Amino acid sequence: MAKTKDIIFDPLVDNNPITLQVLGICSALAVTSSVTTALIMSISVTLVTGFSSFFIASIRNFIPSSVRIIIQMVIIASLVIIVDQVLKAYAFNASKTLSVFVGLIITNCIVMGRAEGFAMKNPPITSFLDGLGNGAGYSLILIMLAIIRELLGAGKLMGFEIFKTVNNGGWYIPNGLLLLPPSAFFLIGLIIWAFRTWKPAQVETPVFKIRSSDGGNH
Amino acid sequence: MSKLSTWARFKKAPIDNPVKTMIITVLICFVASLFVTFSAIKLRPIQKTNTLNDKRKNILQVAGIYEEGKTIDEMFENVEARVIDIRTGEYTTSVNSDYDEITGAKDPETSRALTKQEDTASIRRQSFYKVIYLVKDSSGEFNKIILPIHGYGLWSTLYGFVAIGTDANTIYALKFYSHAETPGLGGEVDNPNWRAQWKDKNLYDDNGEVAIKVVKTGASGKYQIDALSGATITSTGVNNLVRFWVGKNGFGKFLKTTKEQGIQ
Repeated sequence: MAKTKDIIFDPLVDNNPITLQVLGICSALAVTSSVTTALIMSISVTLVTGFSSFFIASIRNFIPSSVRIIIQMVIIASLVIIVDQVLKAYAFNASKTLSVFVGLIITNCIVMGRAEGFAMKNPPITSFLDGLGNGAGYSLILIMLAIIRELLGAGKLMGFEIFKTVNNGGWYIPNGLLLLPPSAFFLIGLIIWAFRTWKPAQVETPVFKIRSSDGGNH
Repeated sequence: MSKLSTWARFKKAPIDNPVKTMIITVLICFVASLFVTFSAIKLRPIQKTNTLNDKRKNILQVAGIYEEGKTIDEMFENVEARVIDIRTGEYTTSVNSDYDEITGAKDPETSRALTKQEDTASIRRQSFYKVIYLVKDSSGEFNKIILPIHGYGLWSTLYGFVAIGTDANTIYALKFYSHAETPGLGGEVDNPNWRAQWKDKNLYDDNGEVAIKVVKTGASGKYQIDALSGATITSTGVNNLVRFWVGKNGFGKFLKTTKEQGIQ
């Protein structure tokens, strides 16, 4: 059972898809300006990763290796379309703000990464848990980003006012930069720094060393 | 017997056998398409209601009668949809009020291509029929006319509504419900502060000519609107499309009749 636990909890911090594998950054920039959209995106990606891993693992012994990527894409794309349809039916406003990013889950490297790297070699249930775990790791970072960005950028959390902004007669001057996509880059950078300080094992060995100008005799 | 042996041969064939690859791929695609089709068809009615309600919500918002907490249907009781033929400016019953103008504009039966000179809003084809909305106040009298407008900005076609008073001249509000202009620049067409400028401005001057205008600096008087800073092309687009739709190729005739005779 310890192994199952590892499969789910490992991707949260020790093997986080965003901070360690640095995958899925594009959507992490785009959907984290408010907590609500980040939550819906998190749930969608987690479900898609979980179920695509499950289905791919179930038929892994029948997938011809020459067309395996195409078959994985067919399964992932179908699941994403279903998620998109469900959102349009039951969370219309959210689907309008997420717009193209739900469709782009198809190209989210985390989903493909898990399908190709894990589900092709492991049984369905384990793959399913691995998918959920990686989705949860992605969600964790997304929600962290969204909380910081929405709180400091708009003074709100999930649309509720926390800091009263100057425009509404309060004291807080919102930092508009945090609502723009580049701010997520800075924040992801800071989170990666924090994670790697906490878990030094994640620090990558440098590809090359910077030599000093006097010939490197140090 | 031979059938079984085909199956047995199929099973024994290596996974990378071309025929087997084809069969498996087709099979997986087929199953996946079944799931997609099923979900799309099952959820379509709910999605249609959502899209319709979203449009209605925008109409209610531009009319200034949207209230949080009430159902859309309840609020929409005060709104009456009518179809007008923009060639004559008169009401028509040729199409129903659920007529979809975007599809209609593609059909040569219900639309025409605009000449380059006419087409200041860059919409290329224009539908003959337009669904407009008349808003009643609490005593049941009409007090606002809501006209659908659209035209090209910088990146996208902007779709919106303009609410006009019963004098067919005073603007009450302008709102775009769909566009893809640059967030923070052209996207500021959604900014409530900018939209507030349109309130109480007049469309026509005393001679009945279109006078409303988006100007770059120093908007003054009852016909001018300040452009969005950093969004010249979007502002010009909005200027062109508003002037187009209230002009003679748009709702000009209808608004003229309404001005003379009141809302029929």
